[in-house]
Amino acid sequence: MIAALLAEKLDGRGKIFLIFLALLALLVPICNLLVPAGSAFHIGTGTVVLLGKWLCYAMLAVALDLVWGYCGILSLGHGAFFALGGYAMGMYLMRQIGTRGVYGHPVLPDFMVFLNWTELPVAWWGFQNPVYAMFMVLAVPGALAFVFGWFAFRSRVTGVYLSIITQALTYALLLAFFRNDMGFGGNNGLTDFKDIFGFNVQSAGTRMALFLASVAGLVIAFLIARFMVTSTFGKVLVAIRDAESRTRFLGYRVERFKLLVFVVSAMMAGVAGALYVPQVGIINPSEFSPINSIEAVVWVAMGGRGTLVGAALGAGIVNALKTTFTTGALAPYWLFVLGALFVLVTVALPAGILGAAESLIKRMRGSGSPARKPAE
Amino acid sequence: MNTPVVRALLYLDGVNVTFDGFRALRSLSLTVETGAMRAIIGPNGAGKTTMMDVITGKTKPDNGDVLFADGTVDLTRHDEASIAELGIGRKFQKPTVFESHTVADNVLLATAGPRGAFSSLWGARARVERERIDEALETVRLLAHRDRRAGELSHGQKQWLEIAMLLAQNPKLLLVDEPVAGMTDAETETTAELLREINRDHTVVVVEHDMSFVRALDCRVTCLHEGSVLAEGSIDTIASNERVIEVYLGR
Repeated sequence: MIAALLAEKLDGRGKIFLIFLALLALLVPICNLLVPAGSAFHIGTGTVVLLGKWLCYAMLAVALDLVWGYCGILSLGHGAFFALGGYAMGMYLMRQIGTRGVYGHPVLPDFMVFLNWTELPVAWWGFQNPVYAMFMVLAVPGALAFVFGWFAFRSRVTGVYLSIITQALTYALLLAFFRNDMGFGGNNGLTDFKDIFGFNVQSAGTRMALFLASVAGLVIAFLIARFMVTSTFGKVLVAIRDAESRTRFLGYRVERFKLLVFVVSAMMAGVAGALYVPQVGIINPSEFSPINSIEAVVWVAMGGRGTLVGAALGAGIVNALKTTFTTGALAPYWLFVLGALFVLVTVALPAGILGAAESLIKRMRGSGSPARKPAE
Repeated sequence: MNTPVVRALLYLDGVNVTFDGFRALRSLSLTVETGAMRAIIGPNGAGKTTMMDVITGKTKPDNGDVLFADGTVDLTRHDEASIAELGIGRKFQKPTVFESHTVADNVLLATAGPRGAFSSLWGARARVERERIDEALETVRLLAHRDRRAGELSHGQKQWLEIAMLLAQNPKLLLVDEPVAGMTDAETETTAELLREINRDHTVVVVEHDMSFVRALDCRVTCLHEGSVLAEGSIDTIASNERVIEVYLGR
């Protein structure tokens, strides 16, 4: 039954995408854990972590594509939801340190001891419990998206104005989280994690588990998004994107559709952030910086908006390029490359890399079959 | 509010609308009986579109009564979505169809039924019978195009698709804003025929400039001028009215 539902909800590119992720989940552990270190096929733990990071970015891109590609809500603040999910995970990880911190305090994280605090702030209560922490990973970004969306969508803030206030939202959070008295580690953020669910965060096995969790997270996010956009709900989203007031005159409460998709997307971004933090080992306020959110928009635009697969692909490609161009001799040129790519894609490939690749394949197939040729 | 006794599907009385000092509607009064067809004519800026906006909840009037269904519903207290639910469908001046959806999906989205965000997620609308969609498309002569993207349709076909979407909403009252603007003569003729067909079981209000089209509709005509009613009657009475000729038709 599940297989039948999947077949109904997935198109060709979705199937290829899931097969690709399945191969990744199969081959990366083999090449990392079973293939000996000297072999050409060995993948180092550093690479595993890097791939895991990209998968989290891909999840953020899918979340963003859901609101932007399908509903036309250009959020320039999706990094905020990613960072909030990351902070919720970071708080759980901080509470797991226990007495192993520099100051050895059983309850308070190091930075609180350093600030001469004596009690755990209310916001931190319960975060030693993994179930509660995972709930907060969803609830905090979801609640913020709900409150923000409630006001923004009801007041019919759309287009560039909405983009600007989403940008302001993430910037406001950036400034707030920089402050020490917010109680989230200020400038330094949360780091020096030891255990996650009882396992050492640094060990190769845990790293592999986190990588696989990221693959699973991306698959689940993709399937949820796919389910939403293929339902009638998705048709209404596209209708809103194409002609918002027309949709309203048809009797749809546009703000409710926007609110629902925005909240789901924010939660997805939050989970992506929560998977990201234990892999990179730190969460600090710079994750809220507006440039991160804008970069996520670039991934989606480059990969191909409104396709979900394209968004994930874009996140992978741009970050692979970023890794290449920000290390070694090419480092000074990264921003030029990013800028050039963005211009090139928007001008030459309006449907993104995925759209361009698909139309190329279609054209090659079309010219390959003689039956398609016009009769002369 | 003391509701006056009204025996009409649509009842406007003493409606005023001002935009930045410009009086778009000046104590406009208009009555449309159930089952009627009404054509609204008038020069540019006469307030035709503003009147539509007031009826559909897009613009709130400064004062005046806007009542629906024998005076039982005060439309000024509802927003666009709930007015649509009450049974008032609107076709816009510029055809606005959902370009990236197929013709059939455009109609599907318009079909009467649950409009909730959650219910649509679980596929409530997916069960809308194909026949109902095809029936609406049949009426507007677009059945052969059901699987094409709406963006690929010609201008006239988009206008008809909008009418099919209106039909699918199954409204009590159809507001049709300039349906034949930019249409060929043959398309205009077909559209008049179409609206007369629709009028058999719906009340229709048509705003139009094209006098030969209005004549083809063969219905009562209201001429607006500077935000209020200048004249009302049969097409011949209107066409021979001195004031109408002066401000609108020209000599």
